[in-house]
Amino acid sequence: MSKYMLRHDEANCIGCQACEVHCKTNKNLGPGPSPCKIISTGPIDVGGQPRIRHVFMPCFHCEEAWCMKTCPTGAMQRREKDGIVFVEVSLCIGCKSCITACPWGTPQWDPATRKVVKCDYCKDRLDVGLQPACVTKCVTGCLSFGVANEVPDPRRERYARFIVAESSGSV
Amino acid sequence: MSSNMAPNVCAVGTPGRRKVYSMCGMCAVRCPVEVTVEDGRVAWLQGNPNDKLLGASLCAKGAAGIAFENDDQRPQTPLIRSGPRGSGQWRRASWDEALDYIADKLKETIEADGPRGIALSDRGGLFADLTKTFVKALGSPNYFNHDATCAGNVHNAARSIIGFSPTGLIPDFKNTKHLVLYGRNIVESLVVKEAKAFMAAIANGMQCTYIDPRASITACKATRYWQVRPNSDYALNLALIHEILKREIYDKDFVERFVVGMDELREAVKDTTPEWQASHTGISAEQLRDFVTEIGTQAPHVIFNPGWMTARHKQSFYVSRTTLILNALMGNMEIPGGFVIAKPPEYYGRKSLKTLAARVPAVTEPRVDGAGTDRPTWDPAIGMLHQLFAAMETEQPYRVSAYIAYRHDPLTAMPDAEAMKRAMDKLKLLVSIDVRYSETGWYSDVILPESTYLERANILTQMPGSVPVFLMRDQAIAPRFDSRPAWWIFRELLHRLGIKEALDFETIEELWNYQLEGTAVTVAEMREEGIVSLAAEPKLTPRDALKFPTPSGKIEITSDLLNEAGLLSFPPYETKAAPSGDRFNLLFGRPPVLAHGQSLNNPLLNELAPEQVLWIHPERAAPLGIADGDEVEITGGGKYSGCLKAKVTQWIHRDAVFMLHGYGATVPLATRALGVGVADQRLQEGKLYDFDPAGGGCALTKTIVQIKRRVTGGSKS
Repeated sequence: MSKYMLRHDEANCIGCQACEVHCKTNKNLGPGPSPCKIISTGPIDVGGQPRIRHVFMPCFHCEEAWCMKTCPTGAMQRREKDGIVFVEVSLCIGCKSCITACPWGTPQWDPATRKVVKCDYCKDRLDVGLQPACVTKCVTGCLSFGVANEVPDPRRERYARFIVAESSGSV
Repeated sequence: MSSNMAPNVCAVGTPGRRKVYSMCGMCAVRCPVEVTVEDGRVAWLQGNPNDKLLGASLCAKGAAGIAFENDDQRPQTPLIRSGPRGSGQWRRASWDEALDYIADKLKETIEADGPRGIALSDRGGLFADLTKTFVKALGSPNYFNHDATCAGNVHNAARSIIGFSPTGLIPDFKNTKHLVLYGRNIVESLVVKEAKAFMAAIANGMQCTYIDPRASITACKATRYWQVRPNSDYALNLALIHEILKREIYDKDFVERFVVGMDELREAVKDTTPEWQASHTGISAEQLRDFVTEIGTQAPHVIFNPGWMTARHKQSFYVSRTTLILNALMGNMEIPGGFVIAKPPEYYGRKSLKTLAARVPAVTEPRVDGAGTDRPTWDPAIGMLHQLFAAMETEQPYRVSAYIAYRHDPLTAMPDAEAMKRAMDKLKLLVSIDVRYSETGWYSDVILPESTYLERANILTQMPGSVPVFLMRDQAIAPRFDSRPAWWIFRELLHRLGIKEALDFETIEELWNYQLEGTAVTVAEMREEGIVSLAAEPKLTPRDALKFPTPSGKIEITSDLLNEAGLLSFPPYETKAAPSGDRFNLLFGRPPVLAHGQSLNNPLLNELAPEQVLWIHPERAAPLGIADGDEVEITGGGKYSGCLKAKVTQWIHRDAVFMLHGYGATVPLATRALGVGVADQRLQEGKLYDFDPAGGGCALTKTIVQIKRRVTGGSKS
């Protein structure tokens, strides 16, 4: 697996889909491919309140990446230094095997280049010390990125605050 | 005269990489942005991190600014109509020809009707000094912003009660314990900075009560959701005030010192009990009492949001008034966790930007809509646009023959396009100045292509705040087409009419230098970060010095503005009959990826735009034979009707249906938006002249539509 973690804090997500456009503009993509996707479902009834679920689907950069295994040309590669799975565009023949193989629907077909494009954590940006586009420009800051276990995880703290508030009767 | 030259800022096409500070133009919020330009092209666009509360954040529309820039489907040269209005027959024209054409028609209008026969509307906001100056320089009183279908009611309500616009009340979410929202859909109708602060506060434990007949995404983030009957919020507020006064859960010291008219308030709410409101709103007396108990423990850190888009029904003005009164009762003014009152630069010993409007004499002619004269509660600074259409049609109180819509699309923004077209057919001149093909543009005599926000510089602007700031929209790149910036277009028109002094600047830098005179800020400093703060730290006015800009210096529950207008301070609540059978109140809203009608043709936003569906309650859908996903037909009683899929859900009130706004466009050259979805504003049949008499805003959510299941396979109507 990649050493990184791209965390989506769903509680803080508003489903605004800005991340999808940030991603596409960094990769210079037109209509069609969406290397990351927010899927919103609802409202549903949760304890009498309306709630919407927002699921964020980038690439998981699997350890056993089926997209890499199926790629006939070696275009789908893993970076040694950090485990990022990416497409070497010059080798991609547009056969779509990776699109078929990926269980998450991550690789995308780009009709403009007739090749595959996918989330590579914006390695062009990482390599100059920046964060992925989706994280950098997220409206609420619900996306965070970094080396796993070093990315702040707001959930434990939030839960602790919640139970304290609950016991003091202010919820 | 150099009227064929685009007035670019110095060195706009310089090779290499540079950062330019600008303000987004993808909706009317205009967030500060940082543009990275590489060899004359936009390489990266993000929020301006020098605005600390915004950071690099940008919404989907803002990010799609690059796609908009690169899109060819926008007006590329001036166009003059060569067939009947709306026929889509155009000829290309040079700037000289188009400007001469307009200037000749304006001269004819001035000769026949005087300057008052010319009107202009825009979307208000931070750059309106330019458009207001243009109209004033002509000698016309008839500048309008778009607030007839937006914030008009809340603006005028705040003017009557606190003496200033509600934009001058800045919520301190960070320290707020409870926020109450009346359909203010913070996380979908996005102001990025506000959404960011709201979500941070929610994560930090702020309670939020969200009141709306439909559960928006904001409802899904709130801690309490009240599904009220459409247009019943005034009853709810009267009962909240009743209960708060009865239980004495209000800041007595604050009210004693800063509020006048409490006796009238007590009298107005003496019978509006929690039980009374229950039959109107559907919220039980017990729920209301629990809520009051809760805020009693949280005051004064409780904020009742007075609303933004409040063009809803005929008592919306009074909803905003009572909401502002609830804030006064909380005593939340000018304290942490409440509303911080926005300060002008002078508060911190600095100087405001010099206005352009100060360069031209005042206009004494009464406004055509009666704002500020026959209608004392309507702020003459913003006007009420529906009454411009009334005047076009009836020539009363006087004739208006020329109308310029600047970056404003009334045929999409206002109800009943057919009624507006009938009125506009009487005009001698209809001009659209815009960066895109709007519905109004397509019906115009002349379209003048404004350069996009990335291709132009604007006048500087200042934003009052807890710390006031100057903001800059600098030009990032050269225009791709034969377009011009607005300041130049208005200057050229005025010059052709022999009016030189108003906008007598050769370059935008010269104009900026005029604005900055005496402020001790330079153009170079503005360019450094795009935003200049005029104080190091925010300051709160101590209670002893607190004063409101009203005649009494206090919060005025009873106001001379209302008395002069012959309006009651608290009219009785107008009972709403529940629509039955196939009839529903039509509610509308917007998703975070669209800004009204202006986004759907954007290549990247078009693919994200949700399919327009009609929310309908299961108990109302079942008798009509409508199941989730069925195609339904919707009509507003006129010729226009549309089809869309039903979303059958308990999260919409039984009396209402809901759909997204911004669909159903008809301009053939904007191919991605053409024919997609249904135009709610065209279902608002007969609603152009139905408005709140006190606040002036349109009564849009009073619209009744009829719904039926679409039977497929048979003959199509």
